Amino acid sequence: MARRCAVIGIGQTKHASKRADMSIPGLVREAALRALEDAGLTWSDIDAVVIGKAPDMFEGVMMPDLYLADALGAVGKPMMRVHTAGSVGGSTAIVASHLIEAGVHERVLTVAFEKQSESDAMWALAPKIPFQPTTVAGAGGYFAPLIRAYIRRSGAPADVGMMVAVKDRLNALQNPYAHLQQPEISMETVAASPMLWDPIRYAETCPSSDGACAMVLASEAAAARAPGPPAWLHASAMRSEPTMFSGRDQVNPRAGRDCADDVYRQAGINDPRREIDVAEIYVPFSWFEPMWMENLGFAEEGTGWRMTAGGATAMDGDLPVNPSGGVLSSNPIGASGMLRFAEAAMQVRGQAGAHQVDGARRALGHAYGGGSQFFSMWIVGAEKP
Amino acid sequence: MREVAVVSFAQSSYVRQELVRNEVEILMPVIAEAIGKSGIRRGDIGFTVSGSCDYLAGQPFAFVNALDAVGAWPPIRESHVEMDGAWALYEAWVKLQCGDVDSALVYSFGKSSLGDIRDVLTLQLDPYCVAPLWPDSVSVAALQARALLESGRYTERDFAEVAARSRRDALGNAAAQVASDRDADELMREPYVVSPLRKHACPPVSDGAAAVVLAAGDPARSLPGRRAWIRGIDHRIEPPSLGVRDLTASPSAALAARNAGVHAGPVDVAELHAPFAHQELILRDAIGLDASVRVNPSGGALAANAIMVAGLARIGEAAQQIIDGRARRAVAHATSGPCLQQNLVCVLEGG
Amino acid sequence: MAEQVYGIKTPIRLDYTYAAGEAASRHLRALADGKLLGQRCPECRKVYIPPRGACPTCGVPTRDEVECADTGTVTTFCVVNIPFPGQAIRPPFVAASVLLDGADIAIFHLLQEVDVADAHMGMRVRAVWVPREELRPSMESIRYFCPSGEPDAPYAAYKDHL
Repeated sequence: MARRCAVIGIGQTKHASKRADMSIPGLVREAALRALEDAGLTWSDIDAVVIGKAPDMFEGVMMPDLYLADALGAVGKPMMRVHTAGSVGGSTAIVASHLIEAGVHERVLTVAFEKQSESDAMWALAPKIPFQPTTVAGAGGYFAPLIRAYIRRSGAPADVGMMVAVKDRLNALQNPYAHLQQPEISMETVAASPMLWDPIRYAETCPSSDGACAMVLASEAAAARAPGPPAWLHASAMRSEPTMFSGRDQVNPRAGRDCADDVYRQAGINDPRREIDVAEIYVPFSWFEPMWMENLGFAEEGTGWRMTAGGATAMDGDLPVNPSGGVLSSNPIGASGMLRFAEAAMQVRGQAGAHQVDGARRALGHAYGGGSQFFSMWIVGAEKP
Repeated sequence: MREVAVVSFAQSSYVRQELVRNEVEILMPVIAEAIGKSGIRRGDIGFTVSGSCDYLAGQPFAFVNALDAVGAWPPIRESHVEMDGAWALYEAWVKLQCGDVDSALVYSFGKSSLGDIRDVLTLQLDPYCVAPLWPDSVSVAALQARALLESGRYTERDFAEVAARSRRDALGNAAAQVASDRDADELMREPYVVSPLRKHACPPVSDGAAAVVLAAGDPARSLPGRRAWIRGIDHRIEPPSLGVRDLTASPSAALAARNAGVHAGPVDVAELHAPFAHQELILRDAIGLDASVRVNPSGGALAANAIMVAGLARIGEAAQQIIDGRARRAVAHATSGPCLQQNLVCVLEGG
Repeated sequence: MAEQVYGIKTPIRLDYTYAAGEAASRHLRALADGKLLGQRCPECRKVYIPPRGACPTCGVPTRDEVECADTGTVTTFCVVNIPFPGQAIRPPFVAASVLLDGADIAIFHLLQEVDVADAHMGMRVRAVWVPREELRPSMESIRYFCPSGEPDAPYAAYKDHL
């Protein structure tokens, strides 16, 4: 019953700690205009706009979709704003894709952004609210114990996390849009960086970035008229589970496993490790790469770290992960999920330039949020499904 | 397009300030009631989507705690919009069109009493040039009311008539917060809050929650009880800058109404999300509803205005009219943003 | 020539009055009494602390109150090295998940009176409360947890709570 959906245009901003050169409308338009140009379209060709971002405290603007209606050419059109915590960039793309799949629209512009330098990002993530149990340890303090638990469960050597940080930051050097450009990075420089929440070092954490990402999604008929090769949507899914419940496995959350199973089933994939050519996944702290390798079914439980340690996830490995540099290199929080989805699409369109994985025909985009509880994923391919 | 119906609706009793229960505790019985009346088991609901707002709640990720009211285990297909629940319902309607699920739970919640809502809503305005002047939401609405008076189409007394009728009708709505039998003469003697708006022309501040269950196609038909089919649904947005809009008209409501097919048949009843009395008059004209249409038998947003909930509640109330056999064809409307900037129109029919 | 203005500071101040909620209120009042109160789910029988009024997996109201002990087991922890706003003590310090005896979910609190290097999973701990006259409706009625001196809990006792 669902119609085919394709990505025919992709755009993103240069991500930076502070985009002082742009207002909020300027930032989203930088990404949106690039996506429109890539699709060979103008604002008037778009039927609807779906925008997503994380909590509004990051900019101090309530429901900024209202404010951005004319900046994004949405006047007279339907406009929606998705918010699913860290997975929002992915969920936003999925909501937009449903509009095409349902046959409601022919061309949808989807945008995700965060201009978190405008407010105080650390405060906005976890303000002190009365009666709420305080995170005595800060944001990373929530995840560090999980990582410790993973290391204990898997027996992984202590330096695996650092390998991910080095790999992703070196990949970012081939991505002109990436925020962190660290040509000097190495295992030594990472090991020497301050330990923030044992076992997470400063160099193993994501930056705080201003940035935006945009895509034009289209029906099969509209895709046929697009100038460039489309990335065809083969599968999409979202899953959520409660933040805290007795016996919850936060290291290998079921919502993530169920979401992955769903997209593989839709795409007819039985052996993800072999059938997926490249994966753009949400890794805000280094150790999430091996953890997600297991959660996504690329590796057996307890062995995800071997993929990292053995070079399987490197650019020349059999399953390159985060050729764009990932969240570890750019993290405009509301946009990060959509950047994963967009980078996956760029790979199968052959559009990733210096960080292109040769011959990529099928790619996975992944995003997660909250206390490892919200997951959104999609699989895109060079062929029609 | 796949046929989608509203099969149940529940809402809390709206209050000025809920001091004892938090949002999740208000929401829980509402969701339980909506699911209970739907005839669908909680575990069989295909998709869950909610609407809420962080700045309303005064904390980021406000929607996350609400998942406890749903029982998201095993993991569920779930989404959230930072918009009134009416738009969450729209997302659910679109999802149901895709065909992989047959039912959806839609809910929204909010405590407008937590902060000073007039100032909180100011943050919806242009953050560089307008919001720093702190024009509060009542003052902004008053600008629109003034423009309407100056157009010569309506008078302040017309605003009072809308308020009097709404609050009198609200006497018949157990969930309503403000219900009274006072005529327009009495209301006209009230002082202005912000000229030309008197207190009766403004919405109350409300805490509450609402939930709707949708079902599609044959699975919907197989459920016990009556249902209200969604025959058309559309939403449109206008520019944010008040200066470039004709505040006395509502082109986005008119367009949404046209696209939703409002006039493909007779309209028995309309639930219009008009937080300010003058906005009902603008919307009636925009959507094209004449005097034969019963407007806001629930009392509308003038009787209870839980921000993020009131739009979804209009759809629920209109659907309930049909489910209860009091109407055959209804229009529901939801709005968002200053002075009716964004509007959603939904056409419902029994059958 | 006038300097280019690229941005302006526009302070925002909004005051909110928060309600703890019915379940949280009972938990907080119990803390003012030196007690740790949880709620048990009538369906899955798990005891939740702090109680939330609903069972997160079953989605049903949880009204049965259960008192938990103020002793427990460290399930996992991390060592905080960085200063950040709102921090109560100077780093480095240990923040730990503690599974209280009688509860089915861990709470997060500080671990003190132990060398940062000696903190480990499975450690048995007990709460160190503020003096009786300083008790109030807040988790801060417990200053921190410290080693109880008991032998470590076996991995099996807490592995489901990692």
